[in-house]
Amino acid sequence: MIGDALNFIVNGHEAKTGGVMVGGIDQVLELAARQLEVTVLALAVSLLLALPVGLLLGHYGRGEFIAVSAGNAGRAIPELALIALMAAAVGVGLFNLVVALAILGIPPILTNTFVGIRQVDRASVEAARGMGMTEGAVIRKVELPLAIPTIMGGVRTATINIVATATIAPLAGILTLGDFIISRNVYGDSGVLAGAILVALMALLLEAALAGVQWALTSPGLKLNRT
Amino acid sequence: MPDPTAPILALPAGRLAPLADVSSDFFRDRSGGGCIAENKLFCPGWVADNWDRYVDPTLQHLVLVGSAVAAGFLIAFGMAVLAHRHRWLASPFLAGTGVLYTIPSIAFFFLLLPITGRGALTAIIALTAFNLQIIFRNVTTGLAGVPAGVTEAARGIGMTPGQMLWRVELPLALPEIIAGLRIATVSTVALATLAVFANGGGLGTEIVVGANITFKTGIIVAGSIAILMAILFDGVLLLIGRLLSPWQRAALA
Repeated sequence: MIGDALNFIVNGHEAKTGGVMVGGIDQVLELAARQLEVTVLALAVSLLLALPVGLLLGHYGRGEFIAVSAGNAGRAIPELALIALMAAAVGVGLFNLVVALAILGIPPILTNTFVGIRQVDRASVEAARGMGMTEGAVIRKVELPLAIPTIMGGVRTATINIVATATIAPLAGILTLGDFIISRNVYGDSGVLAGAILVALMALLLEAALAGVQWALTSPGLKLNRT
Repeated sequence: MPDPTAPILALPAGRLAPLADVSSDFFRDRSGGGCIAENKLFCPGWVADNWDRYVDPTLQHLVLVGSAVAAGFLIAFGMAVLAHRHRWLASPFLAGTGVLYTIPSIAFFFLLLPITGRGALTAIIALTAFNLQIIFRNVTTGLAGVPAGVTEAARGIGMTPGQMLWRVELPLALPEIIAGLRIATVSTVALATLAVFANGGGLGTEIVVGANITFKTGIIVAGSIAILMAILFDGVLLLIGRLLSPWQRAALA
């Protein structure tokens, strides 16, 4: 069965519905690119909205209830219902899908950014102010660098949620790798297994890439502390 | 006045294989069918007439979540206690559960396809695998947060390592453990909607029926039951945590 799945990825086979060839490396790459595209777009939207809000709320110590509840509430959203309702009530298409996925990405980034900024040692912030830094400089040069590990934790959770949910994007009319899994009547069991392998690989690679980004963004001082 | 026998919603040539039978009976509606015919966002009349079709999926959902969280807790708790005794195990356990957490559940269902096939068991295994990291991490954090003075005192009065674990360290780690269980449970309730793709039943079946015929009320009802279930589980666990650690309330008062 695994051999069939690998063969499906490399060469493809005839569709169960007859006639056309499905699978093969060309379709795999096309669907993988689509899944990566919607994931990156949704993550970018989540970051653009959640990061500044989290930074400001954290910096001024306001809205703790909202910032923390957002993370809890976000976890309770059933991904399948969100995508299905978006497709049925608002319509299918890339824009709607990205909005739905960003709804899943915003809560963990917002909560972790807020918590990360609040956890920064107040003495460091006072020292920065004492040196004559503006509030903006305090956020950029002191709070943000010290909160990077926590913020990146939120970004990684968001990414895992988004890439996992992008798998059911075919329900919203965007064909990602999940199509191999969902449309079993077209691709057959070898296609389903191939889809599962590919989706798992994509999630693990994204997670590894983000671990690398986190390492690169973490200030050398914090790395020294950890070892 | 629309013809009551005519199919109200046309089934689009969906790519989804129909997972449940949708007969004309599906559109029974005491309110007269106007709401259904227009496929409004929410048709209360239809819900009043059809709530019974959500009973079985809800019960299946409860079984999926209950089994996955219970199994995840037993395994992750054991791993955390082991890693607490043998510190070198902590890193490989964290990395291993991290991989299982990262693999999307829907992919995990079908990675199991050659081994366990389709069904509720497959879904439960995948959801359990997802849970491990959350629970392992919180139990570990909780145990690590026990003040050194407390463990020294316990050792000083002659407690064995086993007594220290069960009577001192675990009770003190309880708030963190409960917090992990709450995160795991709420996430699992939401994720278990995907079990439908593994023929695992649950509320996802009704969501997919709704998605297939773009029937919004059906999606909203099933999704709302899942959200309510998550809130309910969260509240119950919060309460259990309070009951099991009365000293925390005493400290607050």
